[in-house]
Amino acid sequence: MTLQFNNETFRDDYSFHNSQRAIDRFPFPFHEDSYMYAVNMEQHQGGPADSVYEKRFDVDEHYVAEMADRAKVLDDDPLRCQSLPHMALAGWDLLELIMVSKSEDYPDLFELHREGHKWHWINKPLGIEDHFTFMDDTTLPYAPMEYITRQTQGDFCVLDQRKDNLWMDAGMVTTQADWSLDFDIGMNFFEWHAPVPLAHEKGIFKRALKFLLNIRQGAPARRLNWTMTVNPLLDTSPENYHKWGIQKTTLTPENIGAKQHLRVELQTFFRLPRSNALVFPIRCYLMSFQDIVTKPKWGRRLNRVVRDLPEELATYKGFIENRPMMLEYLSQFDDGLPTSFGVWPDEDITPLLQR
Amino acid sequence: MTANAPNSTAPKTLGADKLYVRVSAISSLNALVTRFEFQRVDGVNFPPFSGGAHTVVEMMDGEKKRLNPYSLMSDPTDLRTYAISVRRDDQGRGGSLFMHRKVKVGDEMVLSYPMNLFALDLRARKHLFVAGGIGITPFLAQIKQLEATGGNWELHYSCRSPDLGSYVDELTGHYPHSTTIYYDDEKQFIDLDNLLDGQPVGTHLYVCGPKGMIDWVRNTATASGWPLAHVHHEEFLAPQPGKPFAVRLNKSGLTLEVGAHESLLEAIERLGVDAPYLCRGGACGQCETDVLDSDGTFLHRDHWLEDDEKNSGEKIMPCVSRFEGKTLVLNR
Amino acid sequence: MSTFQFPPSIRSRPVYGILEPRPGKVHLMIADAEGAAAFIDLAFRAPELVAKAHVIYIPKSTDFAAALHALNPAQYYEGPSYSAAVSRIKRVLSDASMDLQIYLAGTEGLIGQALNEAMQAGYDYTAIQTEHRGSVARRMQCVHCKGITEDVTTDPFQCSHCGLNLFVRDHYSRRLAAFQGVCIDAEKPGSVPPFKELYS
Repeated sequence: MTLQFNNETFRDDYSFHNSQRAIDRFPFPFHEDSYMYAVNMEQHQGGPADSVYEKRFDVDEHYVAEMADRAKVLDDDPLRCQSLPHMALAGWDLLELIMVSKSEDYPDLFELHREGHKWHWINKPLGIEDHFTFMDDTTLPYAPMEYITRQTQGDFCVLDQRKDNLWMDAGMVTTQADWSLDFDIGMNFFEWHAPVPLAHEKGIFKRALKFLLNIRQGAPARRLNWTMTVNPLLDTSPENYHKWGIQKTTLTPENIGAKQHLRVELQTFFRLPRSNALVFPIRCYLMSFQDIVTKPKWGRRLNRVVRDLPEELATYKGFIENRPMMLEYLSQFDDGLPTSFGVWPDEDITPLLQR
Repeated sequence: MTANAPNSTAPKTLGADKLYVRVSAISSLNALVTRFEFQRVDGVNFPPFSGGAHTVVEMMDGEKKRLNPYSLMSDPTDLRTYAISVRRDDQGRGGSLFMHRKVKVGDEMVLSYPMNLFALDLRARKHLFVAGGIGITPFLAQIKQLEATGGNWELHYSCRSPDLGSYVDELTGHYPHSTTIYYDDEKQFIDLDNLLDGQPVGTHLYVCGPKGMIDWVRNTATASGWPLAHVHHEEFLAPQPGKPFAVRLNKSGLTLEVGAHESLLEAIERLGVDAPYLCRGGACGQCETDVLDSDGTFLHRDHWLEDDEKNSGEKIMPCVSRFEGKTLVLNR
Repeated sequence: MSTFQFPPSIRSRPVYGILEPRPGKVHLMIADAEGAAAFIDLAFRAPELVAKAHVIYIPKSTDFAAALHALNPAQYYEGPSYSAAVSRIKRVLSDASMDLQIYLAGTEGLIGQALNEAMQAGYDYTAIQTEHRGSVARRMQCVHCKGITEDVTTDPFQCSHCGLNLFVRDHYSRRLAAFQGVCIDAEKPGSVPPFKELYS
C-alpha cells in the first residue's frame, strides 16, 4: 500500500477532505437505526482488510496534516500534553507499544531497530530519525509519551490502575470532543465521565470499568463513540470554545452538507506491561454529511438516529440547536426503506432506483 | 458497534494469547520450595511485565488440566526467562505436587500472559514490604523493578527457619541495608508497631503471606492511623475442597457434578464450556456468573462480589466459591 | 449548628462528611471561618484528640478564634489568609509520618486547597476527612485563560482575569482545587443571563 498524504488544514480555510478510500473505510458508528449508550466493547485483534480496525494504530491519508495541527496546538498551549510524575514508566511503555506496532504493521513507513537498550527509530512520512537509549529520557527531544504521540494520530489518555479504579494521570489531548486534560488530569474513571448524562444511571460506567480493569497484555479492546462538529475542526477544546463555539451558528441549509461533520472516535485500550497502566487512544475520524449520504444505508440511518436521539444526549453532544436543520438535510436521503443490521455500508443491497 | 461483522478476519482466541514455553531450569531451594525457569519455545523474549504480576500455569496432569496462578519472580528487565517458585502443598489439590514431582527440565508447558493484581503504587515516596514465607515471590520482582528505576524500598521478611528461608541469601547479599529477616524458630518477630511508627508521608505498605499475617498487618496499620489506601495486600486464594454438588448450565443445557477436589470453574471447563477467567483466585471478577435459580447455601469465598451481591443469591464466582443444596442453575 | 445541604450532583463534585475521631499520633486540623465550629464539635466528642492536635486556622471575618484557641491544642496557629498559611501547611506535611490524621473544615476553597497540599505531600485523598461549614462560595477556574477566581457566589460570573462571562459547572478538579467555568455566550455573543446567587 502506498499511502498519499493529504495537504490539508483543520482550521482557518478548512481544506480537510476525505478521498473515496477514506469514505469507504469510515468507521460509521451506528449498527442499527437508533442509538443509546452501551458497553460496546470488543477485542481489538484485527478487522476487515483495509478497514480502520485492521491495524493496532491506523495510519491514514490525514496523518501528516494531523501531526502538523497537533504541533500547532501544542505551540499555542503546552498544557495539552501533561504527565503526573509517577507516569514516567508508562510513557516508555507507550513509546514501545507504538514503535513496535507501527514498524510491524507499516514497514514501508516506519522502522525500529533495537540492540539491547540502543534503539533507532525512523518515521519516513514525518522525516524523523532518532537514535536513543530506551528508558533514558535525556536521549530524546521530548519525554517519551510526548515524543511518540507527536507522531501518532489520535488523543492518548494514559490511565494508572490503582484500588480497582483507573486514574487519568497522563495524556496528549489535542483532538478532543470538548473536554480538558488540564482540568481532568488526576481524576478517576467516574469523575472524568461525571458530566456525561444518562450513562451513570444505566450502570454503563460501572460495567465498563470492570471490563477495562481486566484488560490484559496481548488482548487489547476497542469501541466507538461519536459526536457532531461543525467544520472539520480537530481541536474542539473547552479551552478554545469561546473561539470555535460561534462556528456552530454558521450552518445554513445550503452549506450544511459540506460543513456539518459526524465525528467518530475509535477508542482502543491496551495494557502497558511495565507500569501496569492502561493506554486509551481516542482516534478521531471526521466525515461531512454530504460524504456520508453517498452511502445510502448510512444516509437513511443517520437521519433516524439524529431524529430519535433523546434530548439530553443531543444537548450533551452540542447539536440540539442545529438538530432541525440537520434533519431537514438528512431526511432528503431517507426514503423509509429498511436498513440491514451492522455498521457496514452494504452498497450492493441498495435497490437499483436509489443508486 | 460490531466491527467484526461478516468478512472479518478470524479473531484470535478470545482473551490474551498464550505463551508456549519449555522448562529451562529447575532448582530446589529448600525442603518445600522449588524454582522453575522457562524459555519460550519460539526462542524470542518474553513480554515485559510489572513487579507483582502472576502467570497462570497450565498443567496437563494425565486427563486433568490444572491451572494455577504463580507470581512471576524473575527480573522484569531480563526477558529471556520467566521464573516462578512453587511451594509444595501436601494438603492442596495437587497442582504444586504435580510441579514438584512430574515436571522435568525440557518439558513443554503453556503460560498465560502476565496479569497484575498486586501492582506497586508508583506514586509512593517509599515502598515498605512485609512478606511471610512464600509470600516473598511478588516482592522479588518488585524489588528488581524499583532497583532499575531508582525506587525507595525496604523489606521485612519473616520465615519459619533458616532452612526454609527462600531467597534470603540473595536478598541479604545484594541489599543488606534494605532487608531484615525474621526466623520464627529463633523467636524473631516483626515489631510492627515500631515499624509503622514514623514512616514518612507517602509510604505505601505491601503485605503478602498467610491470611493471618495479612489481617494482622492491615489491622495494626488501621489502629495506628494508617489510611487503608496506603496498605496493599495479595492473598493466595486457592479453591478449597468441599462437598460435591450438582449444577445445571442453562445456555449449554448441561448438568454436571462438581467433585470434592475441583472448583466449579474447573468442572465447567472439564465439560468443554467456554468460561472466562483471569486470576482463578477470586480477585479479578472476570468469571462472575449469573445464578438463574438456586435452592441451598452459597459458600462465597471471593474478594470480588459486594456483600449485597453475595446475599442476593444472583451471582457466583466459580473459581473459588461453592454451593451446598438441592438446585443450582447458572447462566453459562 | 445548621450546615448547608448541597443538592445531589455529578460524580466529580466533592461531597463532605462530618468529622469523626480516628486513631493517629498527630491530628492536623485546618479550617477557615465557620469551619472552627466543626473542630469545636469534634473536640467535644473526642477531647483526647486536642492534646495531639495541630490547629491551623484562618478566621476570615468570623469570631470563632477565641473559642477554638481556648480548646488548648498542642499547637495553634492563626493566619490572615490561606496564602499566608500555606507555607506552614507544606512544612507540617513534609515532616509528617503516615500515622498523621488530617481534618479539614470550612469553605470549599479552603478544603480543596489544603487537600491538594496533602496529596502533593503523598497522602491519598480518600483518607482525608472533610466537613463543609459556612459560605457556599466556590473557587472557580476559567477553562479559557486558566485564571482562578476565589469566592464566586453567582452563576454566571465574570472571570476576574480575562473578563469572559462564565457558566458555573459542578465539574471539579482536585488537582486545581477548583470548579470549572465555561464561557456562557460563545454561541450567542452578548447573550448573558442575569447573575443569580448560587443554589437560589
